[in-house]
Amino acid sequence: MFDFSKVTSGIHTWLSEYLSQGLAIFIECVAVGVAILALYAIIAIIMIYMERKVCAAFQCRIGPVRVGPFGVFQLIADVIKMLIKEIVIISHSDKFLYNLAPYIVIIGSVLAFACLPLSQGLEILDFNIGVFFFLAVSSIGVIGILLAGWSSNNKFSLIGAMRSGAQMISYELSIGLSVLTIIALTGTMQFSEIVAMQSSGWLLFKGHIPAVIAFVVYLIAANAECNRGPFDLPEAESELTAGFHTEYSGMHFGLFYVAEFVNLFIVSAFAATVFLGGWMPFHISGLDGFNRVMDYIPGALWFFGKSFFLVWVLMWIKWTFPRLRVDQILQMEWKYLVPIGLVNLTIMALCVVFGWHF
Amino acid sequence: MSVQNKINQQFPTAQIEEKPDRLIISINAESLREFALMLYNEKDFRFDFMRSLTGMDWGEAGFGVVYHLESTDNKHQLELKAIIPDREKPFIDTVSDLWKTALLNEREVYDYFGIVFIGHPDMRRLYLRKEWEGFPLRKDYVRAEGLDMSNEEPDDTTVTWYRDEKGIPQARRYNLFEKEEYVVNIGPQHPATHGVLRFRVSLEGEFLKKLDVYCGYIHRGVEKLCEGMTYQQTIGLTDRLDYLSSLQNRHALCMCVEKAMGLELSERIQYIRTIMDELQRINSHLLFFATFCMDLGALTSFFYGFRDREKVLDILEETTGGRLTMHYNVIGGVEDDIHPNFVKRVKELLAYLPAALEEYRKVFTENVIAKNRLIGVGHLSRENAISFGTTGPTGRGSGWACDVRKRIPYGVYDKVDFKEVIRGECDSYARYLVRMDEIKESMRIIETLIDNIPEGNFREKTKAVIRVPEGSYYTAVEASRGEFGVYLESNGEKLPYRLKFRSTGLPLVACVDTISRGEKIADLIAIGGSLDYVVPDIDR
Repeated sequence: MFDFSKVTSGIHTWLSEYLSQGLAIFIECVAVGVAILALYAIIAIIMIYMERKVCAAFQCRIGPVRVGPFGVFQLIADVIKMLIKEIVIISHSDKFLYNLAPYIVIIGSVLAFACLPLSQGLEILDFNIGVFFFLAVSSIGVIGILLAGWSSNNKFSLIGAMRSGAQMISYELSIGLSVLTIIALTGTMQFSEIVAMQSSGWLLFKGHIPAVIAFVVYLIAANAECNRGPFDLPEAESELTAGFHTEYSGMHFGLFYVAEFVNLFIVSAFAATVFLGGWMPFHISGLDGFNRVMDYIPGALWFFGKSFFLVWVLMWIKWTFPRLRVDQILQMEWKYLVPIGLVNLTIMALCVVFGWHF
Repeated sequence: MSVQNKINQQFPTAQIEEKPDRLIISINAESLREFALMLYNEKDFRFDFMRSLTGMDWGEAGFGVVYHLESTDNKHQLELKAIIPDREKPFIDTVSDLWKTALLNEREVYDYFGIVFIGHPDMRRLYLRKEWEGFPLRKDYVRAEGLDMSNEEPDDTTVTWYRDEKGIPQARRYNLFEKEEYVVNIGPQHPATHGVLRFRVSLEGEFLKKLDVYCGYIHRGVEKLCEGMTYQQTIGLTDRLDYLSSLQNRHALCMCVEKAMGLELSERIQYIRTIMDELQRINSHLLFFATFCMDLGALTSFFYGFRDREKVLDILEETTGGRLTMHYNVIGGVEDDIHPNFVKRVKELLAYLPAALEEYRKVFTENVIAKNRLIGVGHLSRENAISFGTTGPTGRGSGWACDVRKRIPYGVYDKVDFKEVIRGECDSYARYLVRMDEIKESMRIIETLIDNIPEGNFREKTKAVIRVPEGSYYTAVEASRGEFGVYLESNGEKLPYRLKFRSTGLPLVACVDTISRGEKIADLIAIGGSLDYVVPDIDR
């Protein structure tokens, strides 16, 4: 398996030869930042294209086909359209907060994105409380949404934002509990170590029953966390027209839109990392030959393959189910998912104490 | 005791005219209230369903209001004409507390004729803006020069009339919504109102406290236009009322004129019209399924519904040439014979649809989220359904057997065996299921008829200028979303004196406030979807 850290440390030594230590690190930081943003944008484009094609397939349509082969350039055209559209500043709004809101959403999203280990040695933010940091920054987004709803001075936006606040803060709990279940098993919160632990088998299999329950709970809660159907109440188009981003136009709307799609990727990639081994190939302990063959497939391919598979599952759910109602969403969280999560955590703790896991 | 004897006994001044299908009673407006109470409360013939309420201008004789009443238990039909001789100050008592369907209908009459209903809680115009001068359906109305293009000022006050101690009508203004209430506009441009309908909704958090309906954003004054058209011209306007019942609406008007003229139609025409009506019903209910799912956020089901509706439309297009506003029924028959492929393609459709319906069942009807969203939401009791006159699948979802095809058969409905789908749960889910089952019943009707279309004329000869004998006529058909009635008053000229369409959608909108109070915003959308109103039909 190719270790990407050789490349990064090589660049670092090469830069250090010519530049002072501080300058070298500064240049590296800028380069990494640019790379993250570029990757973020590329994933956003892939996600939007995928959403269109997947949803078209579910709905007996064909999706975009006119611009370029299979309509792949449709997205480029859409991005250009979005970039050159006028940003309408509405009167009677809180201008500062109104303009700030989309950036808060996107900052939270990019920071969370930076935590994900893409391949071996290709970790950007990797420290001992990585999972904790991930959960913290990914919940910054709700502040942006609340601000957007409040500052637009629109009744629909405000209702959408309040729904969003109630929903995201509630489901944060389930996400925390299901992740905690896995942390209990791994004993570490560092992403690179969690992935390394899975070289002898993915945690979903290692932790068996409690891990599977945690996985399912996580998928449901993560779907709600992304405001995606059937939990898309904050922007329920048939009730609130567009919810919290009703009053946004141009690239401000574009930022919300992109953040929503990349958030879907991020929660899927997180699930892939924590439950399905991240970039770690499919290993069965004992079968060394099989494991070596699996190692020939690059880590990044494993990572993106698993992530996009989960994205596809979530899209499947979205395009099948009708929308829940606000009280039903909260009922589901507080009456079902949280108790299940707590009991599940206890089971996992017992499993770890008595060594009932693989 | 028969209706007639009872009336003779209690109101000797009332004039009674007996027609084969109904009684026509004329009274003076002053005794209306007493008379209405008697009709409503008398145990032997409880007239609890108001089919239609029409304003009239009889010129010298004054204004009038015509009430079409039916008793749901023993099927008596009655046409009550209340005459208001005073043209300067036309006042009449309200009956909106007895028949709630009058709530909006009386506002419509006020809008058109300026007849003030004393005791009505909310005497505003219904369709026209409040600055409109004059009352357009009065025969002596002269339209003001130019158009008022200024913006309408939002106004949450309304007026109600009462009699003071001396019996003189007085107006009292009051506010519909208080200043501190959180009032949200749902519409006129809103994805869930299926057109330009506007609800003013007062919210308490997510809960609905009160709802106020604004109509008229797509009002075209069809009834006024009809008064200046020959009978052949008026039928062109009916498709544009409820565009998902265009064939049925036209059927109603053609049938009304044909009956009035005493025109006999060939069997073939009746068969074709019946089949077309049922195809239209399938088309409409498929669209209902699609939009209803979309309202609840199930976008995939939306596309399923549209995919299958397309097949119905293709068949209709081949014969009628239209896909939405189909100009097919004409006075004396249908425009042209059915297309040679028609029978074959209808059979293909009948073979295809059961699988599609099964798919709907799997993806939506049995879905746990859909059930949670719909069961118990928007409870419309049977009493309220009758009082509001919410006919069609909405009424049948509340356990009221209100199908015109069974009550007063027309076409060849008396010759086919079909079930009137009735459910007693009274909620949104029941209304949804009724429509899904009606698709199957419509398929059964078509299945019976399609092989037996008899030979004959597809169009009977009529004169170039149609004159309808003097008198008043009321005919109704079961349109896709309820009873669509045509009330025609003719004075023997080539133009109708008054043509009123009983809207299928107006009662549906009238009941929204009652059944959605205390529910949540999301439920309002589900309720609106399950009632399935079409806005051009409400506004006319």
